[in-house]
Amino acid sequence: MSAHHPRGYKAASARAVLERQDMRASVTAATRNFDGNRATAWREIDADTWRDWARDVKRHALTHLGRYLEEAEARLQANGVRVHWAENAAEVHDILGRLLTRHGVRRIVKAKSMLTEELEVNRYLEGRGAQVRETDLGEYIIQLLGQPPSHIIAPAIHIGLEDCRRLFTERFGTSPDASPEALAAAARAALRADFLSADLGISGANFLAADTGTLALIENEGNIRLSTSAPRVHVALVGIEKVVPRLEDLSGFLQLTSRSATGQVIGNYVSLIHGPRRQGDPDGPEALHVVFVDNGRTRLLSDDVAWETLRCVRCGACANICPVYRQTGGHSYGFTYSGPIGAILAPGLLGLKEAMPLPFASTLCGACADVCPVRIPIPELILYWRERAVEAGLVPVAERLGMRAYATAAEHAGAFASAGALLRWVPWEAGGRALPVLGGWAGQRTPPRLSPRSFRSLWEEGIR
Amino acid sequence: MRVALFATCLADRLYADACADAVRLLRRLGVEVHFPAAQTCCGQPALNAGHVAEARRMARHTLRTFRYADHVVLPSGSCAGMLRTHFPQLLEEPEATDLAARTWELSEFMVRVLGVTELGRGLEGRVVAYHHGCHALHELRVHDEPLTLLANAGARLASWEASEECCGFGGLFSVKFPVVSAGMADRKLDTLPPVDMVTSADGGCLMQMSGRAGRRGLAIPFRHLASVLWEAAS
Repeated sequence: MSAHHPRGYKAASARAVLERQDMRASVTAATRNFDGNRATAWREIDADTWRDWARDVKRHALTHLGRYLEEAEARLQANGVRVHWAENAAEVHDILGRLLTRHGVRRIVKAKSMLTEELEVNRYLEGRGAQVRETDLGEYIIQLLGQPPSHIIAPAIHIGLEDCRRLFTERFGTSPDASPEALAAAARAALRADFLSADLGISGANFLAADTGTLALIENEGNIRLSTSAPRVHVALVGIEKVVPRLEDLSGFLQLTSRSATGQVIGNYVSLIHGPRRQGDPDGPEALHVVFVDNGRTRLLSDDVAWETLRCVRCGACANICPVYRQTGGHSYGFTYSGPIGAILAPGLLGLKEAMPLPFASTLCGACADVCPVRIPIPELILYWRERAVEAGLVPVAERLGMRAYATAAEHAGAFASAGALLRWVPWEAGGRALPVLGGWAGQRTPPRLSPRSFRSLWEEGIR
Repeated sequence: MRVALFATCLADRLYADACADAVRLLRRLGVEVHFPAAQTCCGQPALNAGHVAEARRMARHTLRTFRYADHVVLPSGSCAGMLRTHFPQLLEEPEATDLAARTWELSEFMVRVLGVTELGRGLEGRVVAYHHGCHALHELRVHDEPLTLLANAGARLASWEASEECCGFGGLFSVKFPVVSAGMADRKLDTLPPVDMVTSADGGCLMQMSGRAGRRGLAIPFRHLASVLWEAAS
């Protein structure tokens, strides 16, 4: 990954389009499949009513977050869970470092978690000499390739079957034309040993119910259940926005999230974890730690427009329907979260300047707003960040001056018509490509064909 | 009925004939059409790029221009979406909300306001692909109106996998990220079945797709919905 940072978006996205035809095809096919399944699964329920409900519960939880976090902490402690608080990645690393020492950890299995990607947990743990194994099949594949995930729920969505076959032939000696099932079996065999020898399992959480201190984790492969129950110790990293008030809220959120993410009624496995192994339990970890992570979320919560972003349940539906994402894939964004939600989470979590130009990486087509299960007004928030970017002087001066001149002309029909007439003198074919701003545009397209006469002049003459 | 035509800045220069066809069509349906001469640009290019102060100036100018019209009809779903969805938020005055309720995209106006679904059989046997512009689809919720008018005129509507996907224009998006924008247009073109024409209510989308098709040497006729509907009626 060269320059995995939002500032590399323009070059990375262009490279993806020009050089990665195979990736675009895989991503387009897979996301269309996800989105089609979502649409079917939504039709089976009164989706709009559930979306209103989910939005309202999340809004309530976020506007009373302090109260619910305190309640969750008290319940977790009563359940025998050790609770930690971390303001940023460095504090998470410190906490994990102390836990490695305290529990004598050398081998770690990880359940898929975007928060651990955001916090670069693997890099830190490996730097400490621990062996870290991702156990979600997609995560496992990209870990072997040394890549970050490119989609919130399907981390290896950019990898085609052929690439996967090549990788597995090299690594595990599977046949070059192995079926997807055979590839999964090879991974499962390799991972089995890792599960059984691991000292520590690290997971995220989809939700945390405050009233009972219950962690909820949705998955399809069973690896999360194994990661959180086989090793001696389980550490769950939980973004503070994951708290919902009551256990019974999960009945709505678990299925709405699954239906929106993959179109399933509910994931193949849902783990509801209340605490470490109790006397008489057949399995489960001896110790369970929950680390509540802020990492920019409190600051985002204090923004009275963009705070709505924090409702996100990380289902990936917005990326699945996004026509920009389908062309560029997720790596182009240079940020843990890609697609439309990434374009508004990046300025929220990193700060606007660091996130540039992601809020501009959208045509504002509006498709994402129609599929968000918690009704985050993504296009409105994209516009909000663009407005802030203009205010902060983060767009080219020429664009600002040009827009100002354009607006001034538009307030006077005569001036506007005269300026419009100049379009005729733009040397589109000859020099269009060399124009300072439109060069890239003209390189990809033949120039617009101006009407011989404007409609205004046709009207003045009389329409017959 | 009196209607003010908002030609929109882009169609005024690039689809002047389609604007004229919109006038002919409305007159044929018994509507008295006006063209308020002060009209310019609705401000959408500025708003979408984050230049809210400039967008507000243009929105205010547009509101002043059209405030006394019974209905404002536009040969563009995108600009109609700007007036209907964004003006009320941008201007925060009752007149903007009022204008929003009287603003229509052309096919939407014909079906929902005039109650017209039959124009004639001028498209008999023609195979037509319809591109749903994003703002017509997601802001105005216009979907069936143009399809009904086309089908009732005898057109055979082609099944097009990407008919509801964005073409990649997005105003300044296509300038800031021209390669991604072209890739999105390619997705439209690559999924297009053989047709007699591609039509859409939005000149911006047509410009984007036809420009990309031209660069790739593809001979596909792209025509504005207003002209196609006028052909249906003639």
